[in-house]
Amino acid sequence: MATVTTTPRQKLGWGTANFVAIALALIPVLWLVSLSFKTPTAVVDPSFLPKQWTWSNYFRSSGILSTSQFIRPLLNSIGIGLIATFIAVVLASMAAYAVARLRFPGKSLLIGMALLIAMFPVISLVTPMFSIERALGLFNTWPGLIIPYVAFGLPLGIYTLSAFFREIPWELEKAAKVDGATPFQAFTKVIAPLAAPGMVTTSILVFLLCWNEFLLAISLTSTTASRTAPASIAYFSGSSQFTVPTGPIAAAAVVITIPIIIFVVFFQRRIVAGLTSGAVKG
Amino acid sequence: MSSNAEAAVTVAVQGEAKVRKGRQQLSEGARAERRLGWMLCAPAVIVMIAVTAYPVGYAIWLSLERYNLELPQAIKFVGLSNYGAVLSSPYWWQALKVTVIITIFSVAITLVLGMLLALLMHRTLFGRGTLRTAALIPYGIVTVAAAYGWQYAWTPGQGYLSAAFNHSAPLTSEVKAIIVIIVAEIWKTTPFVALLLLAGLSLVPEDLQKAAKVDGATAWQRFTRITLPLMKPAILVALLFRTLDSFRIFDNIYILTAGNNGTGAVSNLGYDNLFNALNLGIGSAISILIFICVAIIAVLFIKGFGTAAPGTDIGKR
Repeated sequence: MATVTTTPRQKLGWGTANFVAIALALIPVLWLVSLSFKTPTAVVDPSFLPKQWTWSNYFRSSGILSTSQFIRPLLNSIGIGLIATFIAVVLASMAAYAVARLRFPGKSLLIGMALLIAMFPVISLVTPMFSIERALGLFNTWPGLIIPYVAFGLPLGIYTLSAFFREIPWELEKAAKVDGATPFQAFTKVIAPLAAPGMVTTSILVFLLCWNEFLLAISLTSTTASRTAPASIAYFSGSSQFTVPTGPIAAAAVVITIPIIIFVVFFQRRIVAGLTSGAVKG
Repeated sequence: MSSNAEAAVTVAVQGEAKVRKGRQQLSEGARAERRLGWMLCAPAVIVMIAVTAYPVGYAIWLSLERYNLELPQAIKFVGLSNYGAVLSSPYWWQALKVTVIITIFSVAITLVLGMLLALLMHRTLFGRGTLRTAALIPYGIVTVAAAYGWQYAWTPGQGYLSAAFNHSAPLTSEVKAIIVIIVAEIWKTTPFVALLLLAGLSLVPEDLQKAAKVDGATAWQRFTRITLPLMKPAILVALLFRTLDSFRIFDNIYILTAGNNGTGAVSNLGYDNLFNALNLGIGSAISILIFICVAIIAVLFIKGFGTAAPGTDIGKR
């Protein structure tokens, strides 16, 4: 397309299409932002933008950022997400290295198993995990969520990382081996640094997966000791039994969307590369 | 993923065959490589098995018991009667119907819109980065957060969409609520499908398009005769992913309608049976039935991939 000269009409056409697509993607998010700035009485006003802007849903006594009902779950989300992502990416990078580089029987079994788990219906785990975790004392604890999140992050990690690992110049590894490095040293000293960009991308994707998870988060927790932010929003209650806390819920939804927007704006290229390489070339 | 994964599997199997032929002469290095391969995979495999295979096995056992958390002394082995109870319940069939309807419509529409968005991302003359960034936001946003946005938007007197549609309250009626749920799913998942298809599009050689253009093919002919056939692997992957993902829909329904008015999917039914009825036996039977449904869909798809295999390898790396 770049070689063809473009007419103003073409420009207008593509520009309009771009605008429509971007608007469709952003309007539902902007609506949430707008709701979060409406005053408690104005939430019963269907206009798209607030007539009167207020920070009271975020700060001050009624705001979500001044109640442990939200702050604690937010910290849980960050902690559980980071720990699960770290473990999943470390384990996945080991397996992905083996898949991309080594010849060993059972490799196709591993690929099939990862695919199976990526497609696994989470609800099938909820009942038995609820029972098992209560017996083991893991119910309503951080590890109780971290362990299943690692398991569901692994397939994504293995696929994405093995796609990245295949692109690495492996002659360097051979050179290292010629120089007397063991396969393990070749992995840690030569390949791991080269694989860092892929690992950053994979970490973002796995973190988003954990950050987004809801079904296990409401099933395997019972208090704010380990409930994550998305789950906590579902348990918000209004100042009285009869008011729906629309404003605080919208504000909480906006707060948990901010990290996603930061990731997307700064790592757009990486995320696109990670999603497509892992899925199509896997 | 699957068709490519299958190809990868074939390659791997061929590789293994080669290895097997030379087993007697398996050098010390090759043996070390095998050991390292297994060692590197072992932790991931152990975690995946511990968190999925073991609980599923346990769920099969639970599903054969009468097990109500409120009556812990009444636990008893009852064979397949939990399955009988679920399969003869109208709630199960209603939930299955809702799940299938949501899956079919959301996947079909998402594929069409995803293709349009992919073509736009591929061909647009400017603002490519902005477009991709904007598209990634619905992909990345927490489903629950977005679902609250949709819920309030459709609440009469409160939401802009309800106001725009004659102050309607779609979430209180079965059919309209399901439409709202489908729209929410489409909005959330179209960007992911578009990105998968975009990767497929980038594999279609530009020369082929140009040659066809020179030969007088219209844009539509080029799309249906060249682009679509070459993109078949990417389309099948997107279809498999989205179908299985859509079948386990839970978050959107939990927030939007809580499954009221017969809008609950099978996952919502399973959840309600555990946490409202506290019935581990029935809940496990539902879990296993959903697992079987997903397995059937996956097998059908992989069979489909098998017959579609010839000619689909052209666009591959």
